[in-house]
Amino acid sequence: MGRRNDINKILVIGSGPIVIGQAAEFDYAGTQACQALKEEGYEVILINSNPATIMTDTTMADRVYIEPITLEFVSRIIRKERPDGIVATLGGQTGLNMAMELDESGILKAYNIELLGTDLDAIKRAEDRDLFRSLMNELHEPVPESDIVHTLDEAYKFVEQVGYPIIVRPAYTLGGTGGGIVHNEEQLREIVTSGLKYSPVTQCLIEKSIAGFKEVEYEVMRDAKDQAIVVCNMENIDPVGVHTGDSIVVAPSQTLTDRDYQRLRNSSLKIIRALGIEGGCNVQFAHDAYSDQYYIIEVNPRVSRSSALASKATGYPIAKMAAKIAVGYSLDELMNPITGKTYASFEPALDYVVSKIPRWPFDKFDAANRELGTQMKATGEVMAIGRNLEESLLKAVRSLEAGYDHIYDTKIANTDTEVLVKRLDKTDDERLFVLAELLRRGQSIQLLCDLTKIDRFFMQKLARIVALENKLTDSPNDVELLKQAKERGFSDIAIARLWNKEERDIYTLRMEQNIRPVYKMVDTCAAEFESETPYFYGTYEDENEALQTDKKSILVLGSGPIRIGQGIEFDYATVHTVWAIKEAGYEAIIINNNPETVSTDFSTSDKLYFEPLTVEDVMHVYEQEKPEGVIVQFGGQTAINLAAELEARGVPIIGTSLESMDRAEDRDKFEQTLLSLDIPQPLGRTATSVEGAVAIANEIGYPVLVRPSYVLGGRAMEIVYKEEELLNYMKTAVSVNPKHPVLVDRYLTGKELEVDAISDGENVFIPGVMEHIERAGVHSGDSIAVYPPQTVPEDLKQKLIDRTIAIARGLNIVGLLNIQFVWHKDEVYVLEVNPRSSRTVPFLSKITGVPMANLATKVMLGKKLPELGYETGYQSESKEVSVKVPVFSFAKLRRVDITLGPEMKSTGEVMGRDTTLEKALYKGLIASGMSIPTHGSVLFTVADKDKEEALSLVERFHQIGFDILATAGTARFIQEVNIPVTVVNKIAEEKPNLLDVIREGQAQFVINTLTRGKQPARDGFRIRREAVENGVVCLTSIDTGEALLRVLESITFSSESMPQMQM
Amino acid sequence: MKRQLILEDGNIFVGKGFGSDKVMSGEVVFNTGMTGYQEILSDPSYCGQIVTMTYPLIGNYGINRDDFESVTPAINGFIVKEYEPEPSHWREEESLDTLLRAKDIPGLAGIDTRKLTRLIREHGTLRGRICSLDVDVNEVIEELKQTTFVRNQVEQVSTKSPYHAPGRGNKVVLVDFGMKHGILRELIARQCDVVVVPYNTSAEEILRLRPDGIMLSNGPGDPVDVPEAIEMIKEILGQVPIFGICLGHQLLSLACGATTSKLRFGHRGSNTPVRELSTGKIDITAQNHGYTVDLESLEGTGLELTHIAVNDGTVEGVRHLEHAAFSVQYHPEASPGPHDANDLFNQFVTMMDTAKKTTVLV
Repeated sequence: MGRRNDINKILVIGSGPIVIGQAAEFDYAGTQACQALKEEGYEVILINSNPATIMTDTTMADRVYIEPITLEFVSRIIRKERPDGIVATLGGQTGLNMAMELDESGILKAYNIELLGTDLDAIKRAEDRDLFRSLMNELHEPVPESDIVHTLDEAYKFVEQVGYPIIVRPAYTLGGTGGGIVHNEEQLREIVTSGLKYSPVTQCLIEKSIAGFKEVEYEVMRDAKDQAIVVCNMENIDPVGVHTGDSIVVAPSQTLTDRDYQRLRNSSLKIIRALGIEGGCNVQFAHDAYSDQYYIIEVNPRVSRSSALASKATGYPIAKMAAKIAVGYSLDELMNPITGKTYASFEPALDYVVSKIPRWPFDKFDAANRELGTQMKATGEVMAIGRNLEESLLKAVRSLEAGYDHIYDTKIANTDTEVLVKRLDKTDDERLFVLAELLRRGQSIQLLCDLTKIDRFFMQKLARIVALENKLTDSPNDVELLKQAKERGFSDIAIARLWNKEERDIYTLRMEQNIRPVYKMVDTCAAEFESETPYFYGTYEDENEALQTDKKSILVLGSGPIRIGQGIEFDYATVHTVWAIKEAGYEAIIINNNPETVSTDFSTSDKLYFEPLTVEDVMHVYEQEKPEGVIVQFGGQTAINLAAELEARGVPIIGTSLESMDRAEDRDKFEQTLLSLDIPQPLGRTATSVEGAVAIANEIGYPVLVRPSYVLGGRAMEIVYKEEELLNYMKTAVSVNPKHPVLVDRYLTGKELEVDAISDGENVFIPGVMEHIERAGVHSGDSIAVYPPQTVPEDLKQKLIDRTIAIARGLNIVGLLNIQFVWHKDEVYVLEVNPRSSRTVPFLSKITGVPMANLATKVMLGKKLPELGYETGYQSESKEVSVKVPVFSFAKLRRVDITLGPEMKSTGEVMGRDTTLEKALYKGLIASGMSIPTHGSVLFTVADKDKEEALSLVERFHQIGFDILATAGTARFIQEVNIPVTVVNKIAEEKPNLLDVIREGQAQFVINTLTRGKQPARDGFRIRREAVENGVVCLTSIDTGEALLRVLESITFSSESMPQMQM
Repeated sequence: MKRQLILEDGNIFVGKGFGSDKVMSGEVVFNTGMTGYQEILSDPSYCGQIVTMTYPLIGNYGINRDDFESVTPAINGFIVKEYEPEPSHWREEESLDTLLRAKDIPGLAGIDTRKLTRLIREHGTLRGRICSLDVDVNEVIEELKQTTFVRNQVEQVSTKSPYHAPGRGNKVVLVDFGMKHGILRELIARQCDVVVVPYNTSAEEILRLRPDGIMLSNGPGDPVDVPEAIEMIKEILGQVPIFGICLGHQLLSLACGATTSKLRFGHRGSNTPVRELSTGKIDITAQNHGYTVDLESLEGTGLELTHIAVNDGTVEGVRHLEHAAFSVQYHPEASPGPHDANDLFNQFVTMMDTAKKTTVLV
């Protein structure tokens, strides 16, 4: 069949912002798809609202539109571009839903546009619970007893027949939003009600719970010739009941016999054929542990998170192949790019074990409900490869960037056995650590299996890790045991702890004894064929397959799992660095552990080491490859944190020196630097004790901003207004000591301005300055950023530019730096300097056209900016206005307060760009998922300190015809200025109260600034959660409200009566 | 206990012995299947060979009573990266270790099986010996080089006397060259009345059973070592429909005048794509063979090439242009492996049905 020649122009729909349930894996899939289509010579048009992706680089498609993925905007692009076909199955659920909307709107038919790959009927059959169930019945494929409900009553009826527990899954939602396992009537009411709300078609599937079955997934591909293959199967260590995105997964399956394996393989092939999928598809099964009985849980008729994992786990590039299938190729016509010799129509054979562990955001959201269920909560994941399961699992654990070096957690180690056993009633994010601890305390494997329904096979592996710990403890310095421990994936630190030694002692001992890892290739074929792709993992075995080449090389450290504060932006920069290194004539080698990303696509770098990002693992790769040096600037805090120890072990750090980084991050040294440069910063000091902090605060005056030093994403940062709050913070939020000091700064109100610059030590080029909508105090990652600045006077901007240049030179920055300023009165103060790639690099690169990461890399490799065509100074601003709008995943995280503050909470971002700020904001807000009705009601509940400012918003909402709702206190304030207001009862008052108003959809917007630390905090929290739960726009900052109003005012007409005639 | 694998090229792999502690030599081959070790180690086609599993964790689900492909495993040794002493599966009866002990087969674990696989890939199949550490290595290497392994593997694994698996459908004589139970299972599933006969049963004896079809089974070794079977097939060809699998396929080809040769390291695994030339359809197949029918030798044999291996273009299936006879190099009975090619058994049944109708008409 081969390439279709009847189509030329193809529109690819991306997946939009990173949210829980839809993350970087779609950048990977989308990038592969765009590359594959371009490779075939098609004209590729891309739409995606997410500026932080590689996919939206202008080189990835012929034309890239960073616009909202809504019917309105996609239709506009379709009318303008007139594509012949659309690829929608690589943009996650967002892409699929968009395709269905486009189809229903009639635009595809009107412009004769073909949906390439899997057709809509197939998608509907897989996604619509009813159609899917009847198809499964036709195929005689078992599905658990279930029913579709549209009302709570229908749910009650089902339960009467089947009984509890049941699982509730809302139709057409991401990552199972709004679903859950239900054990009683109260939960039934709560979960079904919210599920119906979240489902765009008000539909929930409720089914008999098969919790406790083994969960197994198959990644399948099919082409138009009806050839179908299984790329990979995976087994969840956690049994059915936990969302697969929240499960610890191994590949291939470990506990299935060949007959079990083939039974499920047959079923998945039967299903993909019956659905008529052309491309990739994922089938999830529940398999009984005590019989041949199995059930189909779900089918994803598209490339998914699991397919990204399967691609990295096997080396088989699913998204790329899916794109080629969509344009006419069949599997047997496509080469397997890994071997370069065999074809894509085969099933990969693994000769290693892969483990995936999700990365949850609970370190950020202490209050969040940590229980895992059918609704996904993880923001990212890590993958590790080993030649045995223990090695693979332990490597994954230390890749998590969650402070673990082993399946050992100090807090859990200090918890009573009884409490730990009790914790097993429910699955939570720390289960693995709890199990290991219970095994350490001698609890039996059988008991733990009974309590968790985890297969004994996996529990035994954990028990063997614990047994080896015990042996190590009993025999310090035993070289034979050391070797065994390394083979089983133990880190040097973990061994050091058991032997009461330092990590370096273990390392030295190993080097003496020549106990070091070798590197094996991921080749899709278990070494049956020779392979060309240098994709490696480390293990303790005999033969080393990684060969050092003659070419000079540079090692780049990636940024690890996606988490709040360290998102896809860092992967974006990492990929650009790799490309720049190649351009500069070096071999680019990358270490990373995140299976979702473009940086771990084996075709990105010259060599990929899929390894944990710890000093030990990086040192091993360093010794293997002997590169010129290591680049840490682009891997976020993950890589930066390794720099000191790497340098101490003799590794050259390329770019800004460690000493300079330290001068930027160490508060006292930084203060000295700024002082010498005569640049002001808010008064502040470093405290190493509680008393110290209080003394500093008294000296500089409240309010003060307090935070631990050396953290990313503003973790544990807070603004405190009095001593009692400060004491409370010091007690609960941080553990302060000389090793972990706390910064106490004067909190200056004002606009926050942010700048990114590239410096070669002498020349400093500034591509752009961004102005934040929300005032300082809201984390920069959570504020709306505007480029170019709209309200900053020229002289002030010049001051800011001069200071940026002075700081870059003063700190001797070589590479990127990011500075946050606060504009307070007539002065710009420096809030912080980050001597590395920042979150705004992709956004700024795209809107200014300056390839920032590329330039920075070349500068780090020795070029001067003028040689690259850039001089010291500020690039002239573009006329177009661009805004970066944060996107949150609050709907997925129950009990998390959505109020904006110094701690970062957003998971992703979108961009809006147009000729005016209002238009750009409109696009940005729409793209972020906000609905913007032009009439209706606004509910105000604001703190006393904000009332004055809120009043101006009230007036403006009133002007454009909105009704104002408010609680008594706020209402009185509003009435004083003669604006009609409807008083709504407070929560404690009689119904209907304001929660009912929100629940019943009577308010279109909620503006709520009741913050914690105040009496009505609990009410404020409940109001905010209620709004999130009900999909009502809730703004917690007056500034965001003001921005929204600007948009509303620009899209609505005001109604003013004619002025009175002057008599 | 530490034991080792010594290869004829001088490479030595020291690991941990399990199963029997017997000293055994054989051709060292690898299989890339990630599941199905029980079926593999009991597949008689591996007779005399030392089988290495490339997937590192073997024995996870233990050994059950249902997944044997023969009553007595015929392998000379089993090499894994790691075997599971405490398997977990509801069907599990015993561990890999206890089975190998009971069947007196030596196992070797804890070696770099990927290194071994790469060696075999580079140098082709190698002779090797699993033994203890206290041997004179050079002596063993010399011996391995000198040894000519037995060539009567088929005789070793074939049934000694015929037996009957009654059914009410087509009567099939299944010639056992080292038959996997899977073949018999598939025929029985199609209600065939099966008589399994030894490899050296004459054409006359077979025809006396008045079969509707002849099934030529898989089996170990070099097909030219079974000349009596080749003669038998020559006589039967054209009289009764024939279906050959693996060694059966090679024997049918030889009987028609084609030639066979040894592959460098063979095809052994559960993931080999095979293209059916008439439809272009790809099946993912289970394979286990060290020899192949030479493509160019098909010319003038009356055999038509029907299937090829997608990856290396080797012969995977043939059909006789005049007579009702076809054969495939791979394993449609799977066990272990994918069931994609299962329909070939239906084709065989159809062929027998058609042949019967034709006979009645004549």
